[in-house]
Amino acid sequence: MRNAPAPNHNGGFYQRDRAWHPPAFTPNYKTSVLRSPKHALLSLNNTLSEMTGPVFGHAMLGELDNDLIRNYATTGDAIGPRIIVHGRVLDEDGRPVPGALLEYWQANAGGRYRHKKESYLAAIDPNFGGCGRSITDEEGRYWFRTIKPGAYPWPNGVNDWRPAHIHFSIFGHAFAQRLITQMYFEGDPMIWQCPIVMGIPSKEAVETLIAALDREATIPMDTLAYKFDIVLRGRRSTMFENRMEGN
Amino acid sequence: MVQSLNRLKESPSQTAGPYVHIGTTPNFIGINSVYPDDLGLRPCPAEAKGERIIITGQIFDGSGAVLRDALVEIWQADAAGLYPGRGEYRGAADPNFPGWFRQPVDGVTGVYRFETIKPGQVPYVDGRKMAPHVTFWIVARGINIGLQTRLYFGDEQASNETDPLLARVELKTRVATLIAERGEENGVPCYKFDIHLQGDKETIFLDI
Ligand SMILES: [Fe+3]
Repeated sequence: MRNAPAPNHNGGFYQRDRAWHPPAFTPNYKTSVLRSPKHALLSLNNTLSEMTGPVFGHAMLGELDNDLIRNYATTGDAIGPRIIVHGRVLDEDGRPVPGALLEYWQANAGGRYRHKKESYLAAIDPNFGGCGRSITDEEGRYWFRTIKPGAYPWPNGVNDWRPAHIHFSIFGHAFAQRLITQMYFEGDPMIWQCPIVMGIPSKEAVETLIAALDREATIPMDTLAYKFDIVLRGRRSTMFENRMEGN
Repeated sequence: MVQSLNRLKESPSQTAGPYVHIGTTPNFIGINSVYPDDLGLRPCPAEAKGERIIITGQIFDGSGAVLRDALVEIWQADAAGLYPGRGEYRGAADPNFPGWFRQPVDGVTGVYRFETIKPGQVPYVDGRKMAPHVTFWIVARGINIGLQTRLYFGDEQASNETDPLLARVELKTRVATLIAERGEENGVPCYKFDIHLQGDKETIFLDI
């Protein structure tokens, strides 16, 4: 007997598990109070409008795009503990997502952002811009070099501090996979005091955003390393589905 | 016990925060020496086929205040209804049309503005045609997970009436939150699309 063709993973994306993500309304994170929709979301199967997405080529990357220690520097390296952040972008079936665009941004080692609205007292590092980007390789891998960001206070409660973190914006293969998240660092007790982190309903889910110290990826006498894998929505296969054509 | 399906969970979303521009449009906020230009801020090439249009608007919170720190991305088909990126299997889209644009809202007025072309029609999962639309994705401080919605065009009344997504809206008065009326700006068709995160005019957001 002849088999039907092997599964072709080009169907709709798995439904987003909204109970795993932080809900829109998280009153301990005060800005969410007026910025959270109150109506239920309108649910609909993916259409081509969500199953497609822009392609970003490696050609757009500059040589220092993934080196935050050097990509803004003029008089010397950025100040702070030197780290490598590396990992893979996978889908929910564990398959690598090659060609994903990652954009990351962070505060400097003192916890200060290079932004005109930023008012924290910590000094600006003249050699640190705070942004970088990568495109994942064929195995879904990415890596960049930076300094470990500092914790910083923010106007929410009278004494709220953000744990050290790096922001990530991720473009996978389709607009349905579009995601922004943050990476935290292993061993940081401040993670569990942060109103933004604690908007995530489960401890298990929070832990998936904590990068592990990766001793094997360190460069001796030079740079520590953290490993941070990112998971994007998986995709149904079309093995026995009727696929619409050309209309 | 049963065997594990061994699936992973999607990484939980976190807010883009107040400094999303540092990572996504650094030149826009004066970090000029890292990238030659900001992704998605490049204007739509003049060679792109189709009717040139402007899409503009503001984003409002539940108190009616304008967001001045949001980032908006749009994704749309070309004038023939083909997507220019990955996942389009029906044919080659217009090579001069990027399909994707990104804009930070103005830091003072909160206005966003896209110069693009009017998209063609794209089929729904069952082959019926959807009305022309533009997919929106909005992130900002205070938004825990990116908000997705669609802009439909006020001058496409006939196709809007049969659009499968619009047909799913139970409270018909809310359909209007997705429809941008056609106006004009210096002779160019201009669609105004305000987005309300909350309140009487709350925009329909999608789980898609
Ligand atoms: Fe931050």
